[in-house]
Amino acid sequence: MAERTAVLGVGQTKYQTTRGDVSLPGLVREAAYRALEDAELDWPDIDAVVVGKAPDFFEGVMQPELYLAEALGAVGKPLLRVHTAGSVGGSTAVVAASLVQAGIHRRVLTLGFEKQSESNATWALSLPQPFSVSINAGAGGYFSPIIRQYMARTDAPELIGCMVAFKDRRHALLNPYAHLQQPDLTFEQVVESPMLWAPIRFSETCPSSDGACALVLGDEAAGDASAQPVAWIHGTALRSEANNFPGRDEVNPQASRDCADDVFAQAGIADRRAEIDAVEIYVPFSWYEPMWLESLGFCDIGHGWKLVEEGATHLDGGDLPVNCSGGVLSSNPIGASGMIRFAEAALQVRGMAGDHQVDGARKAFGHAYGGGAQYYAMWIVGSDKPSS
Amino acid sequence: MSVDPRVLPAALSGEVRLPEKLAGVESVRSVRTPIRLEYDFIPGAASAGYLNAFADRKILGQRSPVDGAVFVPPRGVDPRHGAATPDYVELPDTGHVGGFCVTRLPIPGRDDLEIPYVSAWIHLDGADVGFLGLVAGIDTSEVRMGMRVRAVWKPDDQLGRTAENILHWAPTGEPDVPVDAAGTNAWHAKQAAGSGERA
Repeated sequence: MAERTAVLGVGQTKYQTTRGDVSLPGLVREAAYRALEDAELDWPDIDAVVVGKAPDFFEGVMQPELYLAEALGAVGKPLLRVHTAGSVGGSTAVVAASLVQAGIHRRVLTLGFEKQSESNATWALSLPQPFSVSINAGAGGYFSPIIRQYMARTDAPELIGCMVAFKDRRHALLNPYAHLQQPDLTFEQVVESPMLWAPIRFSETCPSSDGACALVLGDEAAGDASAQPVAWIHGTALRSEANNFPGRDEVNPQASRDCADDVFAQAGIADRRAEIDAVEIYVPFSWYEPMWLESLGFCDIGHGWKLVEEGATHLDGGDLPVNCSGGVLSSNPIGASGMIRFAEAALQVRGMAGDHQVDGARKAFGHAYGGGAQYYAMWIVGSDKPSS
Repeated sequence: MSVDPRVLPAALSGEVRLPEKLAGVESVRSVRTPIRLEYDFIPGAASAGYLNAFADRKILGQRSPVDGAVFVPPRGVDPRHGAATPDYVELPDTGHVGGFCVTRLPIPGRDDLEIPYVSAWIHLDGADVGFLGLVAGIDTSEVRMGMRVRAVWKPDDQLGRTAENILHWAPTGEPDVPVDAAGTNAWHAKQAAGSGERA
């Protein structure tokens, strides 16, 4: 039987366009320090460190985990790096959790980061390839045709994406760590913002952020010893698939469905919408909220947009609050973005999410995806220990 | 609780103390270091066959030995089964538009592109996956999934061993492929129609 594992501490930096006052080591040190502080632990208490970030060519620092070992207190300790494109923050947390679940380490520090101010992710994702024409303009250019397919399949009203973007930007106002703070933004401004990758508007895309997010994970004894509430891990899952093959369902990929089925089965959850109190899903382009709600089984296929339209995903009055932190649409330090989803799920069930807390949240879902919607990482955390 | 989630803690950088001897020195926050990397691309067998054929205005795919699915560009393997795909198939330069994007951002190195432009997954007749292409010769608002297109090639004396030989894809004016049989739906439509056997 796997060792029961808990999130003991969460550390985040303020997400913003440029953290000019710190280098990469300074940035990751800050998040790691805060996670240890939250866990009421110190550097010597950590047995191993697991680091994730988006591709190295973003900042042009190869194998940055080696360069960052001192800043993360990892010298002389096992240090592992995880690579799964945009889903990496989630996959990294899952790998870190597995080291505790397997009984290999008692306490593990895990961290994801990105310093987008020192890189250009859109064009780093548009590298010329000898066997293809160079016309793909970043992630938006890749995901726009998939969103168009979703709209065609479901006949969803045209402004559903704008409703998601406006909701997440309202949520961000309740989270002091969120990058975009736009108290005066109106729904009309979201609708009227320019089309970048039709049907994706400027306001329906994520910002470019600097930031890092860290978690301290511990075994059952460490969780029991914590003076503060901890988040118990009830399930973790990873899946991947190729990004182009005959008949691939790009809107609702099999890897996504399989990953969700696995993690919900581990957590013993039958009615996903009823039993999950807070959801943090990776939504870099607004339409991915209804798309993932369907793929993850929170509603029937073709009904995701109805949850958005009904306001079901709002913190204020919704029965399935989604991205109460403001989500990726409000903060996107790419390599950290997946871990922020996992961290925010943990904060919710610890009752430590501050003004964006879902009242009485007992079980929360964290999610990340990456590449051409081909890498998936998910976890479910709870206030109570899992039964097995 | 040791951490108040409503209040941002002070940045750790505020605690950094510089040595006395650096007191009067201007602080450097960042340094711009543009870098450039030039390299020779040595394609594997599948890509080499594909790129060489372009010089003769030919588009080559590869056929899966498992179920006959045709891949373009060929990568030497059927990713669904891990099976090697040694057999090339010559494909016509006609097909239809699958998923597409109307982009309003300029791309570095492609100053020739008029904004907005349409990038699309082109599904060639006889192929079972899409590959990227530029759609032109039509107002961007009229591009649609299932629209029939044909390649517009560079002049013969400008042909190289590259996919860039195809300038863009232009509408043929033929009737559209129905949306439920276009793009990534095409494979399932073909299976349903029972036309699984191929030459």
